[in-house]
Amino acid sequence: MVLPSPNRLRSTSPEDAPRGRATRLLLAVFLAVFLAVFLAALLAAPAGAIAADTDPPSGRRSGYDFMGRETRAMQDDDAANPAMLWMLEGEALWKRKAGAADKACADCHADAAASMKGVAARYPAPDKSGLKLLNLEQRINACRSDNQRATALAYESRELLALATYVGRQSRGMPVAVATDARSKPFLQAGRDAFNRRQGQLNLSCAQCHDDNAGRHLAGNAIPQAHPTGYPLYRLEWQGVGSLQRRLRNCLTGTRSESLAYGSAGLVELELFLMWRARGMPMETPGVRP
Amino acid sequence: MSRALISLPPQIRKGEIIEVKALAAHDMETGFRHTQTGVPIPRNIITDFTCSYNGAEVFSAQLHPAIAANPFLAFSVLASESGTITCKWTGDNGFAVTESVAINVA
Amino acid sequence: MNLNRKKYRTASRRTFLTAAGVLLAAAGVPAALAQSASSPARSAPPPQSVLAARVAAIRRVTGGAAVNKGRVKLELPELVDNGNSVSLSVRVDSPMSASDYVKAIHVITEKNPQPDVVTFRLSPRCGRALVSTRMRLADTQTVLAICEMSDGTFWSGSADAVVTLAACLEEI
Repeated sequence: MVLPSPNRLRSTSPEDAPRGRATRLLLAVFLAVFLAVFLAALLAAPAGAIAADTDPPSGRRSGYDFMGRETRAMQDDDAANPAMLWMLEGEALWKRKAGAADKACADCHADAAASMKGVAARYPAPDKSGLKLLNLEQRINACRSDNQRATALAYESRELLALATYVGRQSRGMPVAVATDARSKPFLQAGRDAFNRRQGQLNLSCAQCHDDNAGRHLAGNAIPQAHPTGYPLYRLEWQGVGSLQRRLRNCLTGTRSESLAYGSAGLVELELFLMWRARGMPMETPGVRP
Repeated sequence: MSRALISLPPQIRKGEIIEVKALAAHDMETGFRHTQTGVPIPRNIITDFTCSYNGAEVFSAQLHPAIAANPFLAFSVLASESGTITCKWTGDNGFAVTESVAINVA
Repeated sequence: MNLNRKKYRTASRRTFLTAAGVLLAAAGVPAALAQSASSPARSAPPPQSVLAARVAAIRRVTGGAAVNKGRVKLELPELVDNGNSVSLSVRVDSPMSASDYVKAIHVITEKNPQPDVVTFRLSPRCGRALVSTRMRLADTQTVLAICEMSDGTFWSGSADAVVTLAACLEEI
């Protein structure tokens, strides 16, 4: 084997010296500029405004795309979608008089297909005072207590899920369109922080699975992008219809984090952020998911 | 409470073979599960399904715990005349639900 | 220049590449074994009691008569989204006339705690022998459909499905 001559391994000849120094200087300048730009971009992760880096990766896909053919067919066919049983119950409850005011939803809102069109696509939203963020279930309960003077329905109760499914169904096909005005911004930011925050025994953030690893598999199940376009939905794992909050609580437990109580601000803010992240995607309520 | 749903195609011609889809609300508790303290949860399922076309039984099924919750059944029926399609679900603990839909055959 | 150092670097690069190759091959072997273990054909056999129950279920249906393979097409997803609800359909090649029709379709599992799933009873008024439902699958296994014809003969078809557990455990 012929080894290169020692001279070639490091040039120390005088004629190379000025060129070598210039090159090194140029390289140093490039590196400095690059580092400066890189650090600036890194530190520019904004604390205030909702900036572009919160946009999900290009090519947003609904959880629908990650399911098998048969599960998709279940969602597409109203005759086969078990959530329709809840929806039909919701339709019946819509017309039933309730509370001290002895009023039905229909008495004020008439035909839900007209009055509730697009409503679910706008929730969560701040209440009239702007101080509290409400999801759809909380808005239904607020209407029950304020206008029907009836007791609020329990979270995850059959009746509340049925009404939320019925109202949600009236937005099917419409784009998710939660408000991002000045009133919503603090809630949205809180939700965004929660999504990106590492937590729990596994020190995992939502973003690590659903932004960084969506499309890959976790123990045989596909990891979806986590767009809540189909809620309330029929989950095969639950063998029943459940809300987004139920799913979020399950995910928190699954990642060995402390779960949040139903109706807590933390959960509703996260719901808002997830819906904002899914903005423009069509509503699928009532969906079917594994 | 909407206990069951029967679906037929919208337009039916005489002599056409149509698909009937039947969905019922039921947990279909298998009897193989236990509570967290180890107490067995007793079986509670829909065991029988029958479909009658103008009073005559055309299709039936016997269900076991392996049928998924909120049982779904789809089967074919030869559309011979207009009338009523009636489906009946019966099961453990006296469970009984009957649902009917009109069938309009052109 | 230290020529020995150069030889050392070259030798260590070769050693590294060889070691890496060995490691990759070593990792590949258990992965290949795991692959074959998860395919239905090679998954662990069920306990004796489950096997016996399945044989008894088939006997109850056929009364000991011979079962012919064919005419029955059982469709299942190859990889199920969730074992709690697996869509299945059975189609039987039959004229469904008054003299020649499918009397019953029995669905039997291989590894569920109980082998019987459902028995569909058809009549010529069905027009077509095509049934669908959703079932529970406890594990990766083969599902069997035995069809009883009006002439007393039995025909069967089967399909395999792979079932995995949900990745994250949930509160009940």
